[in-house]
Amino acid sequence: MGEEVEAQMKRIEATKGVIGTLVVDPDGVPIRSTLDQSMTLQYAGQLRQLVILARSAVRDIDPQNDLSALRVRSKSNEIIVVTENNYLVIGIQKLPEPDVSMSRETGSPLGIEYPGWLQKEGSDGY
Amino acid sequence: MPVPNNNAAFARKGSNVQKVPGAKSTKAATKKKDEEETVETGTGWEEWSQGKALVRPPDQMELTEAELKEENTRILTANNPHAPQNIVRYSFKERSYKPINIVDQMAVHFVLEGSLVHQDSEEARKLGVKEGLAQEIATVDATAESEEEKAETSVNPAVDGGDVEEAGDEDRPDSAASRINKKEPKVTNQFNFSDRASQTLNNPMRDRICQTEPPPRSSFSATANQWEIYDAYVQELQKQEKNKEKQKGTHSHKDNGKSKKVMLMETQSEDVTKWTMASKILERTISQNTFDDIAQDFKYFEDASDEFREQQGTLLPLWKFQYDKAKTLSVTALCWNNKYQDLFAVGLGSYDFSRQGCGMLLFYSLKNPAFPEYIYPTSSGVMCLDIHVQYSHLVAVGFYNGCVAVYSLKEEGREPVYKSTAKTGKHTDPVWQVHWQSDDMDSNHNFYSVSSDGRVVSWTLVKNELIFTDIIRLTLTGAVSEGPKGAQAPSIASGTSFDFHKQIDYMFLVGTEEGKIHKCSKTYSSQFLETFDAHSMAVDTVKWNYFHPKVFVSCSSDWTVKIWDHTINTPMFVFDLQAAVGDVAWAPYSSTVFAAVTTDGTVHVFDLNVNKYEAICQQLVVDKKKTKLTHVEFNPIHPVIIVGDDRGYVTSFKLSPNLRKKPKAKKGHELPKGPEVEVAKMEKLLSLLREPDQNSG
Repeated sequence: MGEEVEAQMKRIEATKGVIGTLVVDPDGVPIRSTLDQSMTLQYAGQLRQLVILARSAVRDIDPQNDLSALRVRSKSNEIIVVTENNYLVIGIQKLPEPDVSMSRETGSPLGIEYPGWLQKEGSDGY
Repeated sequence: MPVPNNNAAFARKGSNVQKVPGAKSTKAATKKKDEEETVETGTGWEEWSQGKALVRPPDQMELTEAELKEENTRILTANNPHAPQNIVRYSFKERSYKPINIVDQMAVHFVLEGSLVHQDSEEARKLGVKEGLAQEIATVDATAESEEEKAETSVNPAVDGGDVEEAGDEDRPDSAASRINKKEPKVTNQFNFSDRASQTLNNPMRDRICQTEPPPRSSFSATANQWEIYDAYVQELQKQEKNKEKQKGTHSHKDNGKSKKVMLMETQSEDVTKWTMASKILERTISQNTFDDIAQDFKYFEDASDEFREQQGTLLPLWKFQYDKAKTLSVTALCWNNKYQDLFAVGLGSYDFSRQGCGMLLFYSLKNPAFPEYIYPTSSGVMCLDIHVQYSHLVAVGFYNGCVAVYSLKEEGREPVYKSTAKTGKHTDPVWQVHWQSDDMDSNHNFYSVSSDGRVVSWTLVKNELIFTDIIRLTLTGAVSEGPKGAQAPSIASGTSFDFHKQIDYMFLVGTEEGKIHKCSKTYSSQFLETFDAHSMAVDTVKWNYFHPKVFVSCSSDWTVKIWDHTINTPMFVFDLQAAVGDVAWAPYSSTVFAAVTTDGTVHVFDLNVNKYEAICQQLVVDKKKTKLTHVEFNPIHPVIIVGDDRGYVTSFKLSPNLRKKPKAKKGHELPKGPEVEVAKMEKLLSLLREPDQNSG
């Protein structure tokens, strides 16, 4: 099970568009990160407070509920925080460029080939 | 009570009393009178200030405004002001009236406590002696004394004026006597009281201070939220339950000890498992962001140009699923999961006889197209698979080497839960199709498989074993003789596909390599119910219609797709698709829509309700020369189909609205829903076909 998770995390980190990932344990100590030290600490500190606030809000309304995920979308990035057992798994992803032409000519990040006829046409795809 | 006010009243009316012990009512009465006076003065003052001429008594006391504004508190007492306060009572015991010392109406003007001394008492005699001595002195100061006396008496019109004079006389004789007669013993008063004072030594004062250590303090702050209160209650509850358990089970302590050790081991070694779900969700979220436009299309895009295209429809490509290690394999089976409709299974193997290697079983979720959810490598190529309708963690798989296996997605390992071996009756040829059936009477799960060795076998999962039962043996001639094992080899037909009727449980169809379709029953193992001469080449797929109980479709490598009514020997519809047809599937939402995939990379979608002769959508979805499409499946609820090809890719497409047409509602009528409509639709089509048959035949 551990190796699967490791493999999963590596996959996420390798995905194009992902700036960094971060795992914080319940005490607030980052245990795993792909960012440099200062950024790691910053993210860990700030997001931890945000999570506490969000959790307080959710539970205040219904004590039996609990926070599971938090997404903060900004102009350039999206910060995704997923909580489990008081661990925080954080991913920072760069948002894809907005398509003006509404086509998928920019190509998917994983390098999947689409058939040739698709890339020539617009969104109808035929 | 203000003093000046009282004096004035006293002077004026002479009825007010200053000291009235215990008579609250009188005080109340006087207060009232005072207030009346003040009120009067108040109003008088105002009126005077306003300029009106009012009669004001000349001796009315003038109060300053401050005094006017003084508030006199009113007290509400329980005394009845009207009850008489000075009731005279007669005491029968003493036979006399009770003397009342103080009477309301009595006003004391002057009180002087005098002392009357009896003439014959000793004191009187002493005093008489003194007076005799004093008179000599008195006569000297007679004039001065008399003046003083007069001054004193004129002030007080007292009743007992005599006493006053005597008192006055007594005062002076006393002093005179004290001057003259010091030998006389000092007259003490009647109480024999004399002052005696003494001073004690004052002890010196000393300060002594003691300081203790302050108790340790810590400041504590907390918020009292709804959830903090809830958590506290939950903890309390758990404590109580623990206490109860402790009381009940003392023998369970040993078990607890063991389990604790196990727990410690786990926590040390596997920290990572604590956030497995979180990383999974993260991966899915990231992939959703990455494929955001596809996700949006999947959910919301409806091809608007379908309105202009009358009958034609399109397929919008959505996600594409691939796995590195599966690149050399072809997709041999596809199956959607009924319970989690975003999960589907892909069986990978090879159709090529010469290239047989390992295979794979993959499960993908639409939520994460980048990576499969579950991966099961197999030793032999997977040829077919089926997911149980109710227990969607059970997957039956048929292999190229003739084995069948059951995987359970709930299990951790990569091995199947059950696997058939040579001893337990595995097929001798590739298993082309497996299908779950409803549980048997002992509520054991069971599934069927068909293979090229001509056997249709039923496998039952009993505890840890797979127990097989031959249902039917396919033969070329149609009749089966259950003879000795050696005699059967040449006349066996090879089954390549089968399908069970949706409603009639015992009836099923088997397609063979020779191109025939046999209608069989589970209960008759020796004979087919009917045989259809369907195709000139192997029948790749047979499928019953979801709605109409009589209709089924079959496809074959002879380029045709045929639709049958199982009561009629000839096909209802025949479609020539210009290339070998790999797979055909009915749509779950309509009885007249089906899709077929061909080896030239085209997906054909037919809607018999719209066009009985040709496809309403023919779309090339993969590179024509390189890849062949092998399988197609409709998603149970979403308008999505998945298509597998021989490169190991699975592509998903969204069906455009034209492909999912429901029958149009007539104006004023409600749109009819439900399977009956579908059945009726099909029936209408079939009846149209049957009538010309009947006419011609």
